[in-house]
Amino acid sequence: MIRFEDVSVTYHGAAQPAVQGVDFEVPEGELVLLVGPSGAGKSSLLGAVSGLVPHFTGGTLRGRVTVAGRDTRTHKPRELADVVGTVGQDPLSHFVTDTVEDELAYGMESLGLAPDVMRRRVEETLDLLGLAGLRDRSLATLSGGQQQRVAIGSVLTPHPQVLVLDEPTSALDPAAAEEVLAVLQRLVHDLGTTVLLAEHRLERVVQYADQVVLLPAPGAPPVLGTPAEVMAVSPVYPPVVALGRLAEWTPLPLTVRDARRRADGLRERLAGREPARGTTPFTGLLPNSRPRTSRWRARKQTAPTPARTAEVQALSVRRAGIDALRRVDLTLAPGETVALMGRNGAGKSTLLNTLVGLVAPTSGSVQVGGLTPHRTAPRDLVRRVGLVPQEPRDLLYADTVAAECTAADADAGAEPGTCRALVSGLLPDVTDGTHPRDLSEGQRLALALAIVLTARPPLLLLDEPTRGLDYAAKSRLVTILRALATEGHAIVLATHDVELAAELAHRVVLLADGEVIADGPTAEVVVASPSFAPQTTKILAPQQWLTVAEVREALT
Amino acid sequence: MGDDSALKGRGAVTYAAPPRGRAQPRPGRRQATTPPPITHPGAWWTWSLGLATAATRTTNPLLLTLLITVTAYVVATNRTPTPNSRSYTAFAKLALAVLLIRLLFAIALGSPIPGTHTLLTLPEVPLPHWAQGIRLGGKVTAEGLAFAFYDGLKLATLLICVGAANALANPARLLKSLPGALYETGVAVVVALTFAPNLVADVQRLRAARRLRGRPDRGLRGLLQVGLPVLEGALERSVALAAAMDARGYGRTAQVPASVRRTTTALTLGGLLGVCAGTYGLLTAEGGGYGLPLLLAGVVAAAAGLRLGGRRTLRTRYRPDPWGARAWLVAGSGAAVAALLTLASVRDPGALAPGVVPLVAPTLPLWPAAVVLLGLAPALPTFKEPS
Repeated sequence: MIRFEDVSVTYHGAAQPAVQGVDFEVPEGELVLLVGPSGAGKSSLLGAVSGLVPHFTGGTLRGRVTVAGRDTRTHKPRELADVVGTVGQDPLSHFVTDTVEDELAYGMESLGLAPDVMRRRVEETLDLLGLAGLRDRSLATLSGGQQQRVAIGSVLTPHPQVLVLDEPTSALDPAAAEEVLAVLQRLVHDLGTTVLLAEHRLERVVQYADQVVLLPAPGAPPVLGTPAEVMAVSPVYPPVVALGRLAEWTPLPLTVRDARRRADGLRERLAGREPARGTTPFTGLLPNSRPRTSRWRARKQTAPTPARTAEVQALSVRRAGIDALRRVDLTLAPGETVALMGRNGAGKSTLLNTLVGLVAPTSGSVQVGGLTPHRTAPRDLVRRVGLVPQEPRDLLYADTVAAECTAADADAGAEPGTCRALVSGLLPDVTDGTHPRDLSEGQRLALALAIVLTARPPLLLLDEPTRGLDYAAKSRLVTILRALATEGHAIVLATHDVELAAELAHRVVLLADGEVIADGPTAEVVVASPSFAPQTTKILAPQQWLTVAEVREALT
Repeated sequence: MGDDSALKGRGAVTYAAPPRGRAQPRPGRRQATTPPPITHPGAWWTWSLGLATAATRTTNPLLLTLLITVTAYVVATNRTPTPNSRSYTAFAKLALAVLLIRLLFAIALGSPIPGTHTLLTLPEVPLPHWAQGIRLGGKVTAEGLAFAFYDGLKLATLLICVGAANALANPARLLKSLPGALYETGVAVVVALTFAPNLVADVQRLRAARRLRGRPDRGLRGLLQVGLPVLEGALERSVALAAAMDARGYGRTAQVPASVRRTTTALTLGGLLGVCAGTYGLLTAEGGGYGLPLLLAGVVAAAAGLRLGGRRTLRTRYRPDPWGARAWLVAGSGAAVAALLTLASVRDPGALAPGVVPLVAPTLPLWPAAVVLLGLAPALPTFKEPS
């Protein structure tokens, strides 16, 4: 269905090709997963299928790519639109119209399908993707998972033979990701659609793949094989594979189910051992679930203690007619790492924004280091609390790393060179003259983190820090954040990444509909919830292991 | 949006999702799948442009106020719960601003209207001789103010009429009714129109982000500093959208014989030239004879060109809005108001343009007022939910 014949892609001004030596075929009706570290050329390869590379992006494509018999050299993307459906990373930038129904019809209108066919297919697709209740909704009001489903639906209606997806689940909460993957599974099984998808979060997708194409490094030729074969050699792998490699299971298990079947031996070896978990030294201060009725007494109990970095009491935020947060209580102690979890739109970002004073509380109180954030001048606030936003780019204005650092020193009133020293620690091989835009996703995050840390805020907030990061970048981030927590920074992560939460957080706070529905030590909260449990926990249940690293430590 | 989604990145407005698992206000499936009856957007535009035309025919403040009231009432009874419908308020504010500016100018710069009722005298600034005819300060007369008020109110009414059209008819839906040959241009225009709101949202987000770096998030300097990143972001988004549109078949064309293509070009260009020349003829005094025929010929040629050009596009329409009885009613009432008020302005100019010198209190002429009330037809309850 898709055929790459000795393909290489070189962009203008690049010294070496982004991908080369690509020579493989994707048979009809298969779900093929493209894996590899950041910058290995996954997006280039996906773009080559839809013809956007090189027709739209520029650059030189050598070799030949054929899709359903059509050569992409002679066919522009619009002439491939009836056989290839492409969905990018950000569904919002994909939408042309403004309501769900129109968006589903747009592609068919461009192809000139008959009105009755369009009507039928829109209805079918609404049902297939479970969007029937949302048909008249404005696209901007949908949640992330719904938007992603509409984006997939909008390319499905012309009945393409090939579906190309770039990180379809990265921005989604675990439940929404499963929704999207279930749809893909159904398309492959029921309609025989060929799917090519790239994804960093392998733990979510690898079990659905028929074949895996591994791009081991930039410019290196791809390795093709069954998921188990490729995972045995891949530099990026999900926790289930890590555990399999550790326990030397062959063939490697890819699903939690397979792994559980083989895990008896490992469970026996682990029996009686305890995970060496650095529990937070401040467990005594964990907020208790106070009875709602005695608000007055609750306030009295929590008389200010110096050991608190931040305190949120009965916080409610109401915006645009929606209760974003309802009576949220949260206490943060120095040295504590808290993971804030919950589905898209549960109020995680709002809570973080309230802590840095971007959002004023409707009722209730927020105290950070004894100050009320939204009434504090930004200059004073940066020394109390720092937020790395979901899009780290929002923090970067200058055109070189050095200028960014100088500005950060001035903003924070720190010694000149403070920020640069932090950057060198986090990103050893970034030079002063680099433009922030040229950094990879992970590097940009590290730069934003360094800028925020320049003011040494005792409270550090990160919004979705692992979106778009590969496993290597993620493990570097984990090391950095652990070190910061040991130094006494309180850290709050809003994340969908259960593996990250398992690895870092002392405590997990679950939000739903703007309310705190669970707040407790990571092991307890995460183990109790099927969708928030990390793979290791699921495999080794009923024993309570959270990460492969814990298991490894216990075995040695 | 604003500070709301300050730092949620591009996936901005996810909060707006209704809480799951709560009772939805949609009891039956059938109700959920049948969209509310939509009047053709062209009908709403005709209606509001008709009202606007009527507004240009009069300076009577009572009639103009009546026109504004009519639009407000119709918008209030007919608007749909889309973000679009908020544009009426925005336009009303703009209209108020226009009116106030007009009055301020009349006070500060004086008015050419000779008046005897001096309200107050501002100190006059002496201007050099080359600025003859311009006055700064000086006498402010009641006549001048009344004239400026009437004039400003007329302009404000026009703006409010356009606002009503915007609130009642989604421009994106109007796009669906464009001839095929113009559709792609239309999409480009609509996409360009969304550029501005996105830019504003970006500016707000990035200014909020300045706070995170310890810089004040208000003030002009902050605005300037985020300028470049905002433009970069907007450009990137546009490129991403263009790529997505291309990959979804935007701009696919059918093969048509070269002769058809040439005829299309000739007809369209000739038609447009005809329209221009015809309009010029109509507007100048000496071209009265050839103006109208030339204009009509131009329109016909251009329409034929567009129709022929439509052959090149493969596009089909998904559920185009039907032009039904209600659309006739809506468009008809607007056209009737325009036509009858124009007639009235010819037959009884005094009532529609109350005198300023000498200053007289405007009266509400009975018949023109009744005509304006015709514009209320779309708000009639019997027509609100056609069975």
